[in-house]
Amino acid sequence: MSAPPSPSSPALAAEDLVKTYPAGRGADRVRALDGLTISVDAGMVFGLLGPNGAGKSSTVKILSTLSRADSGRAHVLGIDVARHADAVRASIGLVAQKPSSDPMGSGRENLVLAGQIQGLSRAAARARAAELLDRFNLGDAADRLAKTYSGGMARKLDVAIGLMHRPRVLFLDEPTTGLDPEARAEMWAEIGRLAAEEQMTVLLTTHYLEEADHLAQRLAIVDRGRVVIEGTPSELKDQLRGDAVHVEVSDATSAGTARAVLERIAGIREVTSSGATLRARVDRGARAVPAVLAALDAAGVEVASVTVARPSLDDVYLRYAGRSFEVAA
Amino acid sequence: MSAPTTATLTPPGTPDGRTRVPQGVKVERLVLHSAYLTARSVRTLFRQPAYMAITLVQPIIWLLLFGNLFKSVVDIPGFTARSGNYLEFLTPGVVIMTALFSSGWAGTVYIEDMDRGVMDRLLASPVRRGAIVVGTLAYQAITTVVQTLIIFGIAYTAGARFPGGASGVAVTVAASVLISVIIASLSDAIALLVRQQEALIGISQFIVLPLQFLSSSIIDTRVSPAWVRHVARYNPVDWASTAAREALSSGTDWGVVLPRLGFLLALACVMAWLATRAFRTYQRSI
Repeated sequence: MSAPPSPSSPALAAEDLVKTYPAGRGADRVRALDGLTISVDAGMVFGLLGPNGAGKSSTVKILSTLSRADSGRAHVLGIDVARHADAVRASIGLVAQKPSSDPMGSGRENLVLAGQIQGLSRAAARARAAELLDRFNLGDAADRLAKTYSGGMARKLDVAIGLMHRPRVLFLDEPTTGLDPEARAEMWAEIGRLAAEEQMTVLLTTHYLEEADHLAQRLAIVDRGRVVIEGTPSELKDQLRGDAVHVEVSDATSAGTARAVLERIAGIREVTSSGATLRARVDRGARAVPAVLAALDAAGVEVASVTVARPSLDDVYLRYAGRSFEVAA
Repeated sequence: MSAPTTATLTPPGTPDGRTRVPQGVKVERLVLHSAYLTARSVRTLFRQPAYMAITLVQPIIWLLLFGNLFKSVVDIPGFTARSGNYLEFLTPGVVIMTALFSSGWAGTVYIEDMDRGVMDRLLASPVRRGAIVVGTLAYQAITTVVQTLIIFGIAYTAGARFPGGASGVAVTVAASVLISVIIASLSDAIALLVRQQEALIGISQFIVLPLQFLSSSIIDTRVSPAWVRHVARYNPVDWASTAAREALSSGTDWGVVLPRLGFLLALACVMAWLATRAFRTYQRSI
């Protein structure tokens, strides 16, 4: 694949996007996007994470030329989406949230038509379709009508359709919503593989925390039409006040002593205890554990177990969006 | 057609080993994309044999049903079926009526595509909006030509004769195709504006039925109330029925036929353009 138009410009750039929708008579317009800004480097899987209605799909629709922002600017591969929609369309693949295959066409026919529409010759489209059917394990079902496909198969076909013309940017709008865990795991494996092999820039939206954690190299948490925080999944988690350390003492009567010991260790915060369990936060859990064990041992407290938990994206969401992800979703 | 820009900027760095249809030629792209989408609709029809059978059998039933039901209308004073045979009067009328009724459903394909992600995918691809419209119109036109020829076959078998001959049949086919294009464009535009199957069908029925009955397609408007005659003069369904019937008669007055075909053609172009424009409204809503 060739390099982006100029090395300095990101593959995807959205600047201060605002998008409102009418909300029915009398009501104020719904502000789906409220100054959203993102920048995605070429060749990266970038995740937009947020609950339904956060503005993820609106962002995808604007960047993929489907809808227009009320204000703000958006560029794909350095091309302005509002001014040169046609040029953008030839370089992108869109896997919309809804199933996007024609139910009355076979998997193969869907792929060939999508390729031809993107300017592939019939022969080239057929060859590419065969390749993708094979890659997505749809070979056996290739000539069955898409309406007979299971949810997981249909979703794989949708992604394959989006890949027909080897787009340089792929939009995956909630690729695994509604899939069972097994189909989701399979889809994750495929997305991970194709991002590495095709060297595409992928913009992924999801409301699954594990999905963003698993697939995205960088992610932005979106809430109420704005990016609340952006970074790599581990950076975001590092920005929380460290890891959680759980210490279980063998004898609940020694918990008070243990707590006093822990509070004296440098870098340990927020020590709480209940029964035989003590909880504390530390900057780097793995580094803190030896110190904790040594101090407790020196004080003669017998330890049953020590566990270190990395903060989850849910914790990150809670911190930056001000509410629990589960509640927002 | 409705694309806001004539972008000369080509996507940079087209990957190697990729056979590309020359995309600079917009007309060529429009034709190709229309053909792909038309082929998709025809293929879908062939995969629904029951629906296809109804599409083909329906006009036959109308022809034979109305033919018997209204057999004696020719006896009403003032009714001018030239040969005195109602079936011969009715045949072009049923042709136009069939085109009218089937094309009212054209927009349902859009609704299905919108309910799935197919429409969004097409709109985010290099397909021209015009091609998405032409795809449905060409499909309707093909269906209409087949239906028209079947109706002529049945009418001929039932004893109807058309002194206008081949040119009469050609005018009838042209008129029915133009009506199809006009109504299918309208149906497409409504689909893009209301985006809901029930609303589309309701509005479509509300428009199609009066167009049908305020025309000379099954009855000579000379026996209708005067206001119907006046309204019918502005009704494209009446233009089409009158032009087809005149062209099928002996001693065709081309002064009646040609202006009506001209109006139909002009209206068809306007309606197809409006349907293409309706994509803008649709895209504003998503």
